[in-house]
Amino acid sequence: MSKVLLQVSDLTMRFGGLLAVDGVAFDVHQDEVFAIIGPNGAGKTTVFNCVGGFYKPTTGRVIMDGTPIHGLPSHKVARHGLVRTFQNVRLFKNLTVLENLMVAQHQHINTNLLSGLFKTPGYRESEAQALTNAAKWLDFMDIREYANREAGNLAYGHQRRLEIARCMITQPRLLMLDEPAAGLNPQEKRDLQALIDQLRKEFGVAVLLIEHDMSLVMGVSDRILVMEHGKPITTGAPEAVREDPRVIKAYLGEE
Amino acid sequence: MASNIKNAFIAAIMAGVIIAPVYGLQIVRSGMQTHLEPEWDLVFIGMGIVFVFQAFIRPLIGKLLGKRGSAIRLPVLHDRSRRAAILLLIAIALIFPFFMGRAEVDIATLVLIYVMLGLGLNIVVGFAGLLDLGFVGFYAVGAYTYALLYHWAGWGFWEALPLAGAMSGLFGYLLGFPVLRLRGDYLAIVTLGFGEIIRLLLINLYGFTGGPDGISGIPKPTVFGMPMTRRAPEGQTTFHEFMGWQFDNMDVIIYLYLMALALALITLFVSNRVIRMPIGRAWEALREDEIACRSLGLNPTNIKLSAFTMGATFAGFGGAFFAARQGLVNPESFTFLESALILAIVVLGGMGSQVGVILAAIVLTVLPEVAREFAEYRMMIFGLVMVLMMMWRPQGLLPMTRPHVELNR
Repeated sequence: MSKVLLQVSDLTMRFGGLLAVDGVAFDVHQDEVFAIIGPNGAGKTTVFNCVGGFYKPTTGRVIMDGTPIHGLPSHKVARHGLVRTFQNVRLFKNLTVLENLMVAQHQHINTNLLSGLFKTPGYRESEAQALTNAAKWLDFMDIREYANREAGNLAYGHQRRLEIARCMITQPRLLMLDEPAAGLNPQEKRDLQALIDQLRKEFGVAVLLIEHDMSLVMGVSDRILVMEHGKPITTGAPEAVREDPRVIKAYLGEE
Repeated sequence: MASNIKNAFIAAIMAGVIIAPVYGLQIVRSGMQTHLEPEWDLVFIGMGIVFVFQAFIRPLIGKLLGKRGSAIRLPVLHDRSRRAAILLLIAIALIFPFFMGRAEVDIATLVLIYVMLGLGLNIVVGFAGLLDLGFVGFYAVGAYTYALLYHWAGWGFWEALPLAGAMSGLFGYLLGFPVLRLRGDYLAIVTLGFGEIIRLLLINLYGFTGGPDGISGIPKPTVFGMPMTRRAPEGQTTFHEFMGWQFDNMDVIIYLYLMALALALITLFVSNRVIRMPIGRAWEALREDEIACRSLGLNPTNIKLSAFTMGATFAGFGGAFFAARQGLVNPESFTFLESALILAIVVLGGMGSQVGVILAAIVLTVLPEVAREFAEYRMMIFGLVMVLMMMWRPQGLLPMTRPHVELNR
């Protein structure tokens, strides 16, 4: 078994009287695709928000590669290599596709004010490098022809791909995808599955996935966590989860 | 047509309600008594004009515009033509004062101060999308920094200028902290309050700032240490003695103008570069979506603070120059109306567009000077222009052009 990358234990999130997430625990290994599934309102996205630092969990520990990251603000979590996409795509709509990818590299490039004002060689090099990276990812996602268009004008499927590219260009170790297949057509879903496989193999990134599309989840995941009403029901390989009576009960109700 | 008439009728009645108290009821004084004398003719004429305009002329305009489509669309400037336009403007600006009279150069200097302020606010509002209604506060800080340094420590303009910028920048940074979590209208209210606090402090710290009287006798900038005055203080040479010229007040005005031009050009250069730099991209990204920014590891705190600080710094330079030019500062110069004017320059020019801001600064400063006879209607015309702009060209005179970086296919 490969090394554990992300370890979440005893995660609880309470909003007033509502216990949205209750005692969730899981770990994601390096180069693993780990999926979280469950009926609507099961608390999947809340888990994402807690792991990503958008919510401060009520209790629980989130450890990334040995470093505790629970309670850190989201931009610091992102700098530990956890980057996410959003359920409803959040691109910088009025910026161009290329600019979206340039912004995402902010933490890796020369942001010194003076070197930028005087265009020092170091600054030029860092900008050129950022452009090259962006071009590489545009090619990879097959959206280079739209590079100078405003991101909000892209087709929905392309926006999804751009959002993933924008995450990948930050060089994450764990990519968190929140319902990446929502709104995609069957062909695009198949492409997405191939893309997730490719990202894992070529870039060695672990993937944490929330998804409702069962064929995608079963096809791409190594392990699956099933949640219901904020509680974890079971964790296991796709085949085991599919046969689990508790999971069937959660989805279909009791006979 | 029927709906047109109905709309026009309602508009005419509304107009009547609005004008009646102003024109319909004249206050007449006879001896000790004042009484109201109704004068309905003016009101009815006004209502008639509104009715005719709404019922007949407006549909006509709509038809004309509709036919020609986007006939009133101004050109969107592209990179190369924009550079050419900027160079041309600079060339004109450089030779301008030598052919003009004193009043014109004076107004032009004022325009340049507003260009500087507009470009500074453009960073905060246009680039970073943070609505700042208290920008004049930073302008005041800059002006008073120089004035106070002169008054209490005898500093000259050139020593005080960097400090005035730094001081305003510091205030921008400090204001940034409490407003970090606010956006939109809430932010606008807090910044509005900040501008007022500065003004009220200046009025009430009587012993330190001179209160409502302000500080006067502030010296004009020197030329390499030589004062530009008729007579130099003991042991100094004035500029005109050094050059062997006759003293001429016009020289001082041209000198001030050229200095304002230099400061405005520096502001233009910096804001033009900065928007193409990582920090500028981060500002724009933050304006679009703060949560997405955070998810990518961008620290919104630093990014917002940098926008506030940089905008305020330019206001500070503008303020110090303003103090030097006027020779006198008092809190009257830093009212909310001034903030509104600077904001109007940014909105009218097109948020984020530097050339647009320059154009709007010229329009909004020169127009009131040209139309001095209509001085009483200034605010009304001002309001009308804003309303018309929002209706027909909400993106401003010259909207910002995208993209700043391009990728070849």
